[in-house]
Amino acid sequence: MIEIFGVPSQALFGQLLLGLINGSFYALLSLGLAVIFGLLNIINFTHGAQYMMGAFAAFFLLNYFGLNYWFALVLAPVIVAATGVVIERLFLRHLYHLDHLYGLLLTFGLALIIQGLFRNQFGSSGLPYPIPDSLRGGQNLGFMFLPNYRGWVVIFSLAVCIATWFVIERTRLGAYLRAATENPALVRAFGINVPRMITLTYAFGVGLAALAGVMAAPIYNVNPLMGADLIIVVFAVVVIGGMGSIMGAIVTGFTLGIVEGLTKVFFPEASNTVIFVIMVIVLLLRPAGLFGRAA
Amino acid sequence: MKRFIGFTALAVALSCATAQAQWSDGVIKIGVMNDMSGTYADLSGPGSVLAARMAVEDFGAEKKGMKVEIVGADHQNKPDIGSNVVRTWIDVDKVDVIVDVPTSSVALAVNQIVKDKNKVFLVSGAAASDLTGKACTPNTIHWTYDTWALANGTGNAIVKTGGDSWFFLTADYAFGHALERDTAAVVEKNGGKVVGKVRHPFPGTDFSSFLLQAQTSKAKIIGLANAGSDTINSIKQASEFGIVQGGQNLAALLAFITDVHALGLKTAQGLIMTEAWYWDLNDANREFAKKFSAQNKGVYPSMVHAGVYSAVTHYLKALEALKSDADGAAVVKKMKEIPTEDKLFGKGEVRADGRKIHPMYLFEVKKPEESKGAWDYYKVRATIPADQAFRPLKDGGCPLVSN
Repeated sequence: MIEIFGVPSQALFGQLLLGLINGSFYALLSLGLAVIFGLLNIINFTHGAQYMMGAFAAFFLLNYFGLNYWFALVLAPVIVAATGVVIERLFLRHLYHLDHLYGLLLTFGLALIIQGLFRNQFGSSGLPYPIPDSLRGGQNLGFMFLPNYRGWVVIFSLAVCIATWFVIERTRLGAYLRAATENPALVRAFGINVPRMITLTYAFGVGLAALAGVMAAPIYNVNPLMGADLIIVVFAVVVIGGMGSIMGAIVTGFTLGIVEGLTKVFFPEASNTVIFVIMVIVLLLRPAGLFGRAA
Repeated sequence: MKRFIGFTALAVALSCATAQAQWSDGVIKIGVMNDMSGTYADLSGPGSVLAARMAVEDFGAEKKGMKVEIVGADHQNKPDIGSNVVRTWIDVDKVDVIVDVPTSSVALAVNQIVKDKNKVFLVSGAAASDLTGKACTPNTIHWTYDTWALANGTGNAIVKTGGDSWFFLTADYAFGHALERDTAAVVEKNGGKVVGKVRHPFPGTDFSSFLLQAQTSKAKIIGLANAGSDTINSIKQASEFGIVQGGQNLAALLAFITDVHALGLKTAQGLIMTEAWYWDLNDANREFAKKFSAQNKGVYPSMVHAGVYSAVTHYLKALEALKSDADGAAVVKKMKEIPTEDKLFGKGEVRADGRKIHPMYLFEVKKPEESKGAWDYYKVRATIPADQAFRPLKDGGCPLVSN
């Protein structure tokens, strides 16, 4: 067995693959954040709570309506996106012309309220959600045993990320969106309903968070604090990638997942902090982020 | 007017005559501090405050002329927050006793503060056996369980049935280190081997890469030296990665009934763990559990909750005998003199090093078809008698124990 830096190569490849799986969650979540910030200029701190709501929606759909995982993949993002529409209409609409800080404070407060309500109702130990039967079991890849479900997570999030990037960067709808954020008045003059587009964009970003939540439900505990732990790391990912860059968020998400995976092999105690160390270095060298455009 | 004043003065004098005990500030203040919202909230949390209240009511404190107040606080598993809360409680709010405090790093910090300020510290939630070892003080009693008792129960049982090579997955803080150390000692004493260990950040969410390292090590037993949602996630993810199918077994070195409830019997069946108390062992426990769960959103009491009840009961008993709560060390000395007896733990005692002694139980989680309903999760595999359950007095290295 070849050893790389004292670790058997088999173990290393296994960890890289696991890092890729974690990276897909980071990528999905940071994509939602990047969409919302890049197009709406809102720092959406509620993202973690919306991720958690997606997981809970999947739990309710299964336990009260008997709808399995595949239904939840479609319905949960729609349900949570609807709450996103409500938030945008009631609160965020009034903040677009103000400093970013107000959006951050508002969404942060909303996140605390939502998490507190859920924790009050459901406790913090978490609720069980089973892996769908068709994705149970795994493949023995030789260097590790890959659960089918985790393989599905990587493939599906990659597909969603690429589809989102394509819609925003390469289609007419995406072009309208990008134009509307740069110059809303002019775009409105062309007869395009800008406020509705903005609401739907926010809902889409929220839906992405909820989708990540549904995918996380079978493997991580469905508990009210699942978003709080993740959101800080995701923000670091978005900052490293560049706050407004869609492609940056996707690429950085996957890459940092792999970096974290490697850290877990060589220096496990630091695996929680390595992303923040990288964030500090990137901010010192390239303040706009790796893929970002300098404001 | 004169007669009225005279009458009032007489009434006041008579009422004063009944107050024989002098409580500091006239009230006995109990501070229950634990994790109210995070990893350990379900096994302690608001349930411990409820348990303390039930203990005060069952003791009949009001009828005995003891005015008791209970306050609760969240230490968020952080030693600095816990220390600040305790300091404010003692200095400003005149709290007389600190109860519960899971998360050993917080407990060790509070342990020192309570000693410096000469109050009382009754630990139910925390596990590190150092609290009655190197870090023992005349003001602290370690009530419910500790890492040595867990290692002795679970570790012993598993090594004796053939689990002789171990890989540890440890929470990277005081509790995890203590549990890993105590269990490794038991494994090696029984002829087993520790083939590897990895420390994960506390609290963790994703254990897949650590479990992968455990798989590669080919150890027969993967010892989970963590607790709360860390243990729950480790077990869930281990089943996902086919660890048990691959021939390795998991040892949940610290698990509570609330963890089994969160995992579900399908995933948790067959797990072996050591606990100090279970609601379905006798009628008194069952009655307590029913009353408790009715006020706790249907969640049944864990051994930590039972420990809080028992500790507060004994504390009030000692206060009743001593008739004063000002000197913490004196109260603890009284608690060590009087043998303990309450409806949950039965008869027991508190040792010179501050260790509360009672039997421990080795439980196995039932299969789904063996369970008659929610919270009916355990079957008793063995009872470890009180004199064997905890570390011998001379082995702890506690300065209070005269050799």
